[in-house]
Amino acid sequence: MNKIEPRSGKGRTNLSLMPYSFWSLIFVVVPLVFVAYYAFTDDNFRFTTENITRFFTATSALKEDDGTLREVHTYLVIFMRSLKLAAISTVICLLMGYPLAYIIARAKARTQKMLVTLIMIPMWMNFLIRTYAWMTILQDTGILNSMLSVVGLGPVRIIGTEAAVVIGMVYDYFPYMVLPIYSIMAKMDMKLFEAARDLGCNGFGVLKRVIFPLSLPGVLSGINMVLIPSVSTFYISQKLGNGKFFLIGDAIEGQYIANNLHFAAAIAFILMVILLVCMGLLKYLAAKFVYGGE
Amino acid sequence: MGVSNTKLSSKIYTAVIFAFLFAPIVILLIFSFNESKSLSVFSDFSFKWYKELFNDRSTLESVKNSVILALAATAVSTVMGTAAAFGIYRIRKEWYKVLMNTVTNIPMVNPDIITGISMMLVFVFVGQFFGASTSLNFWTILIAHITFCLPYVILQVLPKLQQMDGALLEAAQDLGCTPFRAFFKVTLPEIFPGIITGAIMAFTLSLDDFVISYFTSGNDFQTLPVRIYSMTKKTVTPKMYALATIIFFITLSLLLINNLIDNEDSRNLRKIKKNRKNKKYVLAK
Repeated sequence: MNKIEPRSGKGRTNLSLMPYSFWSLIFVVVPLVFVAYYAFTDDNFRFTTENITRFFTATSALKEDDGTLREVHTYLVIFMRSLKLAAISTVICLLMGYPLAYIIARAKARTQKMLVTLIMIPMWMNFLIRTYAWMTILQDTGILNSMLSVVGLGPVRIIGTEAAVVIGMVYDYFPYMVLPIYSIMAKMDMKLFEAARDLGCNGFGVLKRVIFPLSLPGVLSGINMVLIPSVSTFYISQKLGNGKFFLIGDAIEGQYIANNLHFAAAIAFILMVILLVCMGLLKYLAAKFVYGGE
Repeated sequence: MGVSNTKLSSKIYTAVIFAFLFAPIVILLIFSFNESKSLSVFSDFSFKWYKELFNDRSTLESVKNSVILALAATAVSTVMGTAAAFGIYRIRKEWYKVLMNTVTNIPMVNPDIITGISMMLVFVFVGQFFGASTSLNFWTILIAHITFCLPYVILQVLPKLQQMDGALLEAAQDLGCTPFRAFFKVTLPEIFPGIITGAIMAFTLSLDDFVISYFTSGNDFQTLPVRIYSMTKKTVTPKMYALATIIFFITLSLLLINNLIDNEDSRNLRKIKKNRKNKKYVLAK
């Protein structure tokens, strides 16, 4: 063998990796197996699919606005609501964040650095505090309502609505959308835009055919970083939704507090599976329609 | 004319977004100095809530807990993560590398609530197995924090290892260094910036974490975010605003210092590059 091996000799055990291998086996892999184990067992650790069935079939009475009671699938409703609010928040973050990322990426180096730091400052404050701040603003007697009353638009009920929950999610996770898109855009070659224009693209064409496809990896990681925490959050909905809009995170927390660990594990397990499917689908669609499309 | 128009509108757009980002923080700052408990009317300036905060023993205790926990989690995850990055770097079998990278990614892509719940299940199970009455304590939350900090350290150190010239390590060993000594003399100085960034990330993530801590900590060890959660669960107290204000100014000053250091670094770098260019110019002459 004449090729020099710069790294370790063959067959030598990889000693430096051993602590981490053990650690992640015991504290990353085994816990995930435990989620499945708890999800499919009852309190005496006997196999059952009851926890999973309960998630899909449990019903409860929902009070309509007009006072009538309606029978609904408790957890399916919660789950669809989580997905809906998280999806709305993600789309708003993307629509607000994409232009901002572009503006920052085209600014002077010094300005770029300053703006990125400014975006990161709220991120460094705990999300509990950020959410709490919005609670004070949106309250019936809060700042926003007293300002609205001065103008004559009267107090508006915001807290306890789905809109309030969406505002909280957008505010808390907005930086996670901007930063990945910005970091991709900052590396783009601006000459490509000029070339596209020279070849007859109009402004929108450049955006559609050049900028957006190039920035897609950033967009995808931004979507992941906003969607995953907002779909699984449990504080925002309690504070800004006044506990009226239970989300999937609230359901898990509630079962944890009630010490129903097996059912909590079942909800977590279902959430995990659905998120995996969503992420896979997103990646597949992006690959098919943006890169492979034309 | 079109250019200046887009410039103006992008400036306005940026200003609006930043107003949205900072309005809640500014409101917290202002109302932390409010005499009354009101959240919409500023009655009088006072330090009342700050005084109350500093008399709140459990909150101060939780700050201490958070710092101790973050330091311990940072120390362990930085050392273990650096070793792990070195180990992953040396893996040659492709499937093994893919496996380790996937495992490293799990805590980062999984929602925090699932990471928290999953570890809690193991802790509770083991606790019940040994017949302990409560299985969640300082050690369980420390294990949890080390676990979610490890990937961030590894992902900071691994690229530095890949950028390193492998021949250097080989040369050191040819010149009589043991592999162990070669690591400390050659590899470590090369990857040090990555280790520091990883350690800073681990520290801030550990300080900031709420969800995973919530599920893995017992009653006897409360971190600051968990304390904030229980404080805000029922009543609204402006003490929280005082706390938020203090945290904000600490964060702001850390970021400013960091930026200053960065600027200094890039200025020095530019100087070095300029000198090099001049030297080349002289040599070319």
